[in-house]
Amino acid sequence: MKVNVGKRILSANEEYALKNRQFLTERKILCLNMISSPGSGKTTILVRTINALKNEITIGVIEGDIQTDLDAEKIRATEAPVVQIETKGACHLSAAQVNTALNRLPTDNLDLIIIENVGNLVCPSAFELGETGKIAVLSVAEGDDKPVKYPAIFARSKVLLINKTDLLKVGAAVDFDIERAKADARKLNKGIEIFATSAKTGEGMAGWHNWLKKQVKNLQGA
Amino acid sequence: MHETMVAQSLLATISDESAKQNAKPISAKISCGTLNAINNEVLCFAFEAIAKGTMCEGIKLEVEHKPIRGRCKNCKENFDVALPEPRCPKCDSGEFDLLPDAPLMLEEIEFETE
Repeated sequence: MKVNVGKRILSANEEYALKNRQFLTERKILCLNMISSPGSGKTTILVRTINALKNEITIGVIEGDIQTDLDAEKIRATEAPVVQIETKGACHLSAAQVNTALNRLPTDNLDLIIIENVGNLVCPSAFELGETGKIAVLSVAEGDDKPVKYPAIFARSKVLLINKTDLLKVGAAVDFDIERAKADARKLNKGIEIFATSAKTGEGMAGWHNWLKKQVKNLQGA
Repeated sequence: MHETMVAQSLLATISDESAKQNAKPISAKISCGTLNAINNEVLCFAFEAIAKGTMCEGIKLEVEHKPIRGRCKNCKENFDVALPEPRCPKCDSGEFDLLPDAPLMLEEIEFETE
């Protein structure tokens, strides 16, 4: 006997994502889900961004890692509020975990929440967290073929940060064709905003910061 | 590796439906969009492992991958996006908007008949 079911398998996660989205919308908080491979520089980007925008927008952070609160410690040094989620093995954050974390952040005072997902270019992109948008980070050491090899995250992101561009200046160490990576990312996502950055030196970060300020303004001005 | 969490949710959904039908499931059909990046072998292996000792032990999973869909900006045709060089099959334009990826769905369960 065959029975038609037609049920969404991830509905439990989707329900939490919806709750999170409502919570954030009511408070006019922009929420970005930052996804990349491990070691692309997400935390360094966050630290520099928080410090640069300190007097303009208040930022809270949700950190996801398999183990440790090392990243939360780095964020804490900026004095921005941060909640660390240790997934203890899970390769991505779930909307339920983010729901708990949102309740632990001082959301009355925040303009922007950035969720630093577990370092992984595949799994996190399949789980909605209730975010306003996704941010992909690709460091030049990973190679310019990643948008072709791992299309989902580049197809679903509002912004791509091509980070660690300071490595390219060394010359011999890294071959990375920025134009190729940009063109490949845009094949599936014409509207994606792309910024080439070095979170370490600060080069190229202004474009990303201006984009963030504009998004917060658009959300809160409405 | 996110297949493990998908497998857990799938097991819960099949178990619920089986309880409703008061019957033992033999196989299940699921579908998902290509961008969900579900690997069949990994999903089946994870499901097999967590279904051990439950009423879903040993059931056969069939996974249908639905293509990525796009809408041509030039001629408005909706089409299957072929990676890595997607083009509209009707007018050959490379300018298109990505349509939402098909969600992970439990489509059908087959139950034992007495």
